[in-house]
Amino acid sequence: MSQADLMMHGHPPGLTTGIPPFSVPAKKIAMWLFIIADTATFAACLVAYGFIRNASPNWPRPLHSISNVALMTFILITSSLTMMLAVQAAKTGNKASGLRLTLATAGLGLAFALLHVREWFALIGEGMTMFHNPWGTGLFGATFFSITGLHLTHVTAGVVALIAVGLRYNSGRYQADDLEVLGLYWHFVDLVWMFVVPMVYLLNLAH
Amino acid sequence: MTPVAEQKRNETGKDLVVYFCILALAGLQFVIAYKSIDITQMFVRMLIVALVEAGLSLLFFMHLWSEKRSLMWSAGIFTTFVLLAMQYGWTDSFRVANGVPWAK
Repeated sequence: MSQADLMMHGHPPGLTTGIPPFSVPAKKIAMWLFIIADTATFAACLVAYGFIRNASPNWPRPLHSISNVALMTFILITSSLTMMLAVQAAKTGNKASGLRLTLATAGLGLAFALLHVREWFALIGEGMTMFHNPWGTGLFGATFFSITGLHLTHVTAGVVALIAVGLRYNSGRYQADDLEVLGLYWHFVDLVWMFVVPMVYLLNLAH
Repeated sequence: MTPVAEQKRNETGKDLVVYFCILALAGLQFVIAYKSIDITQMFVRMLIVALVEAGLSLLFFMHLWSEKRSLMWSAGIFTTFVLLAMQYGWTDSFRVANGVPWAK
């Protein structure tokens, strides 16, 4: 839009006319911007991890069992499905089903977090800390706990948000759109896990 | 069946297909982890599978496919550029591991 058009018609769309950018609600745009920024955060962590791993000659591969991480992956992907069904139910006006599925998603997220903490304690029990482990360079623990910890923080925040938004949706303070925006966040947490599992877990399996 | 109910049923069916595809791809990553192959090969294969999984999740779980195309392209191009720009440090990582090539 030229300066002349601005003079004649006011402001360009997306600033003050009430027409949101991309014709997408402002809340959704805000969540997409957050997701893009958070993608950069996780990508920076994973690239730094790759850099350190590549440059460390005595990088350990100490993980023995995949059963726990496989179960965690299954739970998180399934929670994405329940979240999507919750949004669909909410959009068709089925409030009870929307709430039930949102709380089911929160329950799955909680189960994921508990399994994650159990795994951490098992590794700590084997002598792994942030700066030391019995198998090789201490950087392994630093990168492992940093990346999985950052993801676990996101999951925990997501569980709290799911419960809060679900209850407020049920009481009528929030709408189906709010559940949809939260759903974007939850799917993103699931998406990040798809990269964390191979990079941090599967590439460190003992053979 | 009303049109709305039928559309909802179709959407749920599509979502279930995407869900099972993502589960299968996640399973494939675990299979690759137990292959007796070079770690670089393993990394590349797992990364490709993860990218496909992420693509499915973005397009269908996060509904980016049904959003305005301008949003999809803006988010996609910007994020891809940022992710690619982060890869600049790899040559230095290899230098730390192997030494400066022309130093020998």
